[in-house]
Amino acid sequence: MSPLTRIAYFFGLPILLIVLWYALSFGSTNFFVPKPIELAQTLWTTWIGDRFFDDVLPSLGRLAVGLFFAIGLGIVLGLLIGSTRWLRNLLEPLLEFFRAIPPPVLVPLLMLLIGVNDSMKVAVIISGAIWPVLLNTVEGVRAVDSVLNDSCRSYGITGFARIRYFVLPAVTPQIMAGVRQSLSIGLILMVISEMFASSSGLGFTIVQFQRNFAIPEMWSGIVVLGLIGLGLALIFQFVERRVLHWYHGLKEITHDS
Amino acid sequence: MTVSETTMNQPVKTVPMLSVRGLQKIYKVPGGDVEAVRDLTFDLAEGELVCLVGPSGSGKTTLLKCISGLMEQTSGTIELAGAKVTGPPKSMAVVFQEYGRSLFPWMTVRANVELPLKNQKVPKAERAAFVDAALKSVGLDHVPKSYPWQLSGGMQQRVAIARAVAYRPQVLLMDEPFAAVDAQTRADLEDLIRTIWKQLGVTILFVTHDIDESVYLGERVIVLSSSPTVVQEDLTIDLPAERDQLNTRALPRFMELRSHVYAEIQRAKLGPVTEQITAQRRTAVK
Repeated sequence: MSPLTRIAYFFGLPILLIVLWYALSFGSTNFFVPKPIELAQTLWTTWIGDRFFDDVLPSLGRLAVGLFFAIGLGIVLGLLIGSTRWLRNLLEPLLEFFRAIPPPVLVPLLMLLIGVNDSMKVAVIISGAIWPVLLNTVEGVRAVDSVLNDSCRSYGITGFARIRYFVLPAVTPQIMAGVRQSLSIGLILMVISEMFASSSGLGFTIVQFQRNFAIPEMWSGIVVLGLIGLGLALIFQFVERRVLHWYHGLKEITHDS
Repeated sequence: MTVSETTMNQPVKTVPMLSVRGLQKIYKVPGGDVEAVRDLTFDLAEGELVCLVGPSGSGKTTLLKCISGLMEQTSGTIELAGAKVTGPPKSMAVVFQEYGRSLFPWMTVRANVELPLKNQKVPKAERAAFVDAALKSVGLDHVPKSYPWQLSGGMQQRVAIARAVAYRPQVLLMDEPFAAVDAQTRADLEDLIRTIWKQLGVTILFVTHDIDESVYLGERVIVLSSSPTVVQEDLTIDLPAERDQLNTRALPRFMELRSHVYAEIQRAKLGPVTEQITAQRRTAVK
């Protein structure tokens, strides 16, 4: 695919939808549905300026810290649990139990335990976003190739070297699949944690707009969330392509033959 | 595992490089035990190239896994240069049949060959020299930056062999390494093994189910019986040291040896009466 076609594919449908929206809302006077141009203007005036630094950046900061720890802890604990059989057998039912708890219900609990602050919000993000990475890593470690494992053993590659050169790279495809899910869970929890008890942040601001009937502003906040999600997806794709280039190459070749 | 200078210089026969004594392996499976290997005893002298051949299902892979320390035997002992094997020994390298699953797909060819040396903390310059030499000896010095999966099956197996060569083992174990490559590649790889063996003076135990291959490659062929496995015959291959695919395979002596091994394998497949009964019992259990 040439870069031009790729760009056309990327923007094609969004542009079409905006045009459609523009046409359908042309003569509308519906208070709850803003027109595209109005929304674009609101987007600009609402979010570029103070609010960017007071609400968007802190939200993004908490999201980044939360995701960092969720992914990091998920990988480390996953490697540990996955490679220790007794630990895995011991913890697996418990992990499934915790994973089944919807993280938003932890918000009131964490508010009591940690207080209403940034740490609580980060903790909410971690408590929800860690599971896909953790469980995928455990599953991946369990399923490492037996012949590669024998190769490692016969060359005396054990302990930390085994993790670094064999297990971690071998599990990366599963880890990345987990990270992909964690990103969207993290974004959802970022918003939810700010909706409960907060005086700043994207979630707080959007709820605030809604309560004050600032409908175009509310919509623009939703667009900002969408754009953040898109940004995360693009960063993910960029990283994934670099980290897993061997995996995609390998898959392509095995599918060919 | 170091052999002191004095023993090396002695003209008398020293301890064998690899010694297998009364090896038995019983798999504990639901529904009863399966005896894969019953009683195997053989020695490999230093620098020998020995082929192990047996009918399929004769426990060849089990045997190799025990020798390489990857699997614990039920009874019997394995000694490498006089030292008991209890886990994967440092001075042993294994080349597996499944080349596609024994190389790291996330590493380049070069990194794959280098990794065991890196793990052994071999200094960088020395490491580079070993890796270069090994890649050259298998004829792959032109693709160090490729990834294994970009290469053909035969080339991938060459990488695995290069990795073993760079590691400088005392004993090289090969578990049906060419079973999954095409016939022409296989012939090239067979010659490669003979060349490497002569260059390095390494002791090689080569497991195969291919009778021709075993006779062509080996200085000795050990014929295994069908499972539960014992040594059926230990045959010296008195073919000239210089072998080539065309002439050696056309020698009358090659034909004789080949037919002999073939007959032995057929006999192994039938097996003694007692073994047939155990086999039947086993299928009945299943």
